[in-house]
Amino acid sequence: MKILIIGATSAIAKATARLYAEQNAEFFILGRDEARLAALGDDLTVRGGKLLGTTALDFTSTAEHKDALNTAFETMKSIDLSLICHGDLPDQSVCESNYEAALSAINVNALSTLSMLGILGELFMEQGNGTIAVVTSVAGDRGRQPNYVYGAAKAMVSTYLQGFRGRVFQHGVHVLDIKPGLVDSPMTAQFEKGPLWSEPEIVAKAILSGVKYKRHTIYSPGYWRIIMLVVTSIPEFIFKRMKF
Amino acid sequence: MILNSWGRYPQTVANLLEPRSAAAAQRLVNAHSKEDSLIARGAGRSYGDSALAPVVLSSRFLDSFIAFDEASGVIHCGAGISLDTVLKVAIPKQWFLTVIPGSKFVTVGGAIAADVHGKNHHVDGTFCQHIIEFTLLLASGETVICSPANNPELFHGTCGGMGLTGIIVDAKIQLSKTPGVFIEQTAIVTENLQETFNGLEENNTSKYSVAWLDCLALGDKLGRSAVYLGEHATGGKFKHKDGLTISVPFATPAFLLNKYSMTAFNSAYFNLKKATAKKSKPHYNSFFFPLDNIRHWNRLYGSNGFLQYQFVVPTEAAHSAISDVLKKVAEAGKGSFLTVLKKFGKANKNLLSFPKEGYTLTLDFKREKSLFPLLLELDDIVLASGGRLYLAKDARMSESMLKKGYPEWEAFARLKAQVDPENIFGSLQSQRLGLTAKQRIR
Repeated sequence: MKILIIGATSAIAKATARLYAEQNAEFFILGRDEARLAALGDDLTVRGGKLLGTTALDFTSTAEHKDALNTAFETMKSIDLSLICHGDLPDQSVCESNYEAALSAINVNALSTLSMLGILGELFMEQGNGTIAVVTSVAGDRGRQPNYVYGAAKAMVSTYLQGFRGRVFQHGVHVLDIKPGLVDSPMTAQFEKGPLWSEPEIVAKAILSGVKYKRHTIYSPGYWRIIMLVVTSIPEFIFKRMKF
Repeated sequence: MILNSWGRYPQTVANLLEPRSAAAAQRLVNAHSKEDSLIARGAGRSYGDSALAPVVLSSRFLDSFIAFDEASGVIHCGAGISLDTVLKVAIPKQWFLTVIPGSKFVTVGGAIAADVHGKNHHVDGTFCQHIIEFTLLLASGETVICSPANNPELFHGTCGGMGLTGIIVDAKIQLSKTPGVFIEQTAIVTENLQETFNGLEENNTSKYSVAWLDCLALGDKLGRSAVYLGEHATGGKFKHKDGLTISVPFATPAFLLNKYSMTAFNSAYFNLKKATAKKSKPHYNSFFFPLDNIRHWNRLYGSNGFLQYQFVVPTEAAHSAISDVLKKVAEAGKGSFLTVLKKFGKANKNLLSFPKEGYTLTLDFKREKSLFPLLLELDDIVLASGGRLYLAKDARMSESMLKKGYPEWEAFARLKAQVDPENIFGSLQSQRLGLTAKQRIR
């Protein structure tokens, strides 16, 4: 299996890549930090994977996306799975009054992904098969007071994927939207963890099964589908008074 | 956040740091205020307070492999990798960890810090005797490579040093070739303590040996056991096995563990073992890690947690010391679920390593007020016999118990003063034991 991972050093991407490495997958990995990409490459190799290449890239420099992805495609010849995992949890309170901060959060979490998807879509459709999997968030299901900027960015990606899925489907390409709940990772280091928190390894297992069975949208852990069903059915006149 | 280790006692409020790389760990140590002591923590599988401190630095994300030389069997990995993960990578290439403790979920860093042992100590020594080198992050913020030849004092102080010399960042381990993943197991049922000792002595050449005792049997039956011997069996597929089956979802009410249920369990376990075939061929997973198949088994002891009491006594004193301990425990009606006796080989040069020539007995007890006086009585027996307690299991021993049991503590203190004069690294345990300066706990 040939896998292209964007945002490969994120906790969820790393855990997923390790599971695929055990199945002797081949990887091309993109991330922000060259040293961490190299370390991940070594790790995946020891675990049974094969590293085809790495590219260090600032995802918000969308002008560089085309070259980076073309290089990856040329190196890999064909791609079975492309996993987009990069993202960053912004400081909501700063984003509320500071447009620059909000814009930067939306750039990282949404616009950079859309830029990637535009290019990947063309490459995958030309190839005529494969899966594009994108990690979004349950935060995109409904805007909540403590993180609606992040939520809005993720919602943009999920909504985009719904249309994109239909477009590439006609060309044999599958699209998977992964919505993790609360994940205990370096991105969420500043939060006190409670019983609803889960490990990146749990999400990684769900991703493997979602890819294998060609699911469209997965919540991970699965009970988040029910939680979000409840959250989205709360009437607005109550919801606007809720601070969670 | 509130932290505790495997025995779920004691608990403390700690600031938990989870650096995502060795470089990030280095930055954290450099930025650390000297007021609060800091200790490294792996999987939290030590039992007491050795991985608890006001500031705890977790190796959770130092979990990458760096290299694996399949020809020589040398694996280089981050300190946060679990032994299970090492086995997962090593086994398909027909390599195996030479020393494995009773749980596969411990990390490499933790295994070095506690210098853990396995059922083959009498043959292969401790975990650290198979460590080629490791990278240690010092209080000064620099990293040094330590091996028996390179920085030997730091190497021998850090192996078994409970994290007090610095933070182990990564390590190179020498693996052993294995003929297969199954174990040729022989079980001998013994009727009393003398027979149990004989069983272990007579089979001294067996690669793996251990005895599970019925700790509530009294009188003539005192010390009856099932002695398990094992050798690697040849053949079969080189397949790693997870084997996780049941999980204990929450702490069970502690009253479920009482004299009666314990007696029933111990004799049921004993009879069950007696009935099973004397020769069998289990997978290494069930041979080495029987308890790992029950996730969170520590919750069985209730919300008060439990204490494990593991001591070693020299061979000549072993019979009388161990029978005294078993009698005391049985009289107090405080039986432990699993009571394990093991013969140790020679001690190594590591300053605070636990194993030394003789016998080690492990008992576990649910935590209750009346337990502590009993453990003090057991301490007296252990000290009088020239023995000592295992730091990785300890949550309560006294400073004098440590200093009498570990004569090298002074050499360790000198090393500590040299590499960490400001006592940046320290745990609740090291403060209790007078290995680092006492400080205010917030």
